[in-house]
Amino acid sequence: MISKRIVLKFPHRLVDQPIVCNLAKHFDLEFNILKAYIRPKEEGLLILGLSGEEENYNKGINYLKKLGVIVQSLSQGIIRNSTRCTHCGVCITVCPTEALVLDTSTRKVHFYENKCIACELCLPACPLRAMEVHY
Amino acid sequence: MTKTITEINEKISKGDAVVVTAEEIINIVEEKGVEEAAQKVDVVTTGTFGPMCSSGTYINIGHAKPRIKLGGGACYLNDVPAYCGFAAVDIYLGCTNLPEDDPRNRVYPGKFEYGGGHVIEEFVAGKDIKLTATAYGTDCYPRRKLETWINIKDVNEAVLFNPRNVYQNYNVAVNLSNKLIYTYMGALKPGFGNANYCSAGQLSPLLNDPLYKTIGIGTKIFLGGGVGYVVWQGTQHNPTAKRKDNGTPCVPAGTLAVIGDLKQMKPEWLRGTSFQGYGTTLTVGVGIPIPVLNEEILCYTAIKDKDIYAPIVDYSEAYPQVKPGALGEVSYEQLKSGKIVVQDKEVPTAPLSSYAKAVEIAEILKNWIKQGEFLLTEPVASLPGPESGLTFKLLKERPIE
Repeated sequence: MISKRIVLKFPHRLVDQPIVCNLAKHFDLEFNILKAYIRPKEEGLLILGLSGEEENYNKGINYLKKLGVIVQSLSQGIIRNSTRCTHCGVCITVCPTEALVLDTSTRKVHFYENKCIACELCLPACPLRAMEVHY
Repeated sequence: MTKTITEINEKISKGDAVVVTAEEIINIVEEKGVEEAAQKVDVVTTGTFGPMCSSGTYINIGHAKPRIKLGGGACYLNDVPAYCGFAAVDIYLGCTNLPEDDPRNRVYPGKFEYGGGHVIEEFVAGKDIKLTATAYGTDCYPRRKLETWINIKDVNEAVLFNPRNVYQNYNVAVNLSNKLIYTYMGALKPGFGNANYCSAGQLSPLLNDPLYKTIGIGTKIFLGGGVGYVVWQGTQHNPTAKRKDNGTPCVPAGTLAVIGDLKQMKPEWLRGTSFQGYGTTLTVGVGIPIPVLNEEILCYTAIKDKDIYAPIVDYSEAYPQVKPGALGEVSYEQLKSGKIVVQDKEVPTAPLSSYAKAVEIAEILKNWIKQGEFLLTEPVASLPGPESGLTFKLLKERPIE
């Protein structure tokens, strides 16, 4: 089994096609949609939790790439700017998934990218604007 | 056992001074006892790194050719209005000021992405800042308009001058209402959803010298990565606030006005800061050395988080409407554990002040002193203490006929 959170960018021509449905139908993958929207130039952006057998997962990703979908790991999408972060910790009660945690011994904030669901609540909550979106 | 600042400075100059942080002193006192620790340790360094809204910088931009008198006119730095009601080319930029076209809270909650604090951070970082000004023109200052880039290295003076910093203790903010509120203590979730606090606790300067026995006017400090001085008590200084037996106040109490050469400071320790729905500010790094003059002073510096208490205040009703009465008090040890119990409910806590950075500041100051680069100063006057009777007043409004 493999389970990942990924960011998919759909070009204009693919926006009206049932691509994610095919991931389930043809590759036996489970998906959990975290976020979906269409940007001004009609490019689609979809953030998914995707899981299944490793072979199927890889085939599914290849299917997406062949269609022209840009696939990016979510951990490359939400980034903490380490020079802006002061480790104050005000974000920790804002984060709904405990992806941002204040270490009680070092008093530093850890960002567990694998727990991030890209809700983006931390972005305006960070007074130093250290959390950034790159997708 | 008593020591004088002169004796301590002699040791510092020779590189013999024993300097530890306000965190390290706790274990030293536990292991060696007060008497031995007071003999051994000469200086305890403190630190704090939090948002401090009464901060700003005054700048003398130098005279233009032909001359312009900004006093009585208007002046902007990167579109943020600066105060220019002084002589011709002296201006003051406060960290909470906003560009005139910022929507503020008209689109609620406002983002407040850029204000005076951000200009100060960029100016300290050596970036060019756009100065625009208009004036009315006089015989001796004929010019009416000025548009130019300025840079910190070219201006005559750039001085950080903060009328209120380093609050001695602060409220723990909660929200009793049923809607999310946006405050200077961060976003507060309804129904005690979170509790935000803002103090370095056992490392905080004025909690380590709770009765202002060593910190006074003229005390040399770490300010924004450079050297600064305490120039006065800060505004709203409230030394008569309620205190515990250990001397520490259990509500916000003393404050400091501080000054220092901005040209020597670093952007790392002066950060433009944005509070959603509230406004902009400046996160300021301050570190203050405490000379261990006697055992009593040493005992104050050995204060622990578990012995410092802060009041829990409702920011949905009690704070804005100035209604008395806290919802209880909690220690910094409880706050730092990540949750507190308020009216039988477990509430997650989050700090606004960076303890990790406060430790770094106390360490930097410790090293400056150890290396003989930073000598201590004798205060030229004391700050008003509890005996002064000085209290913090509310505004008495009087109708204008």
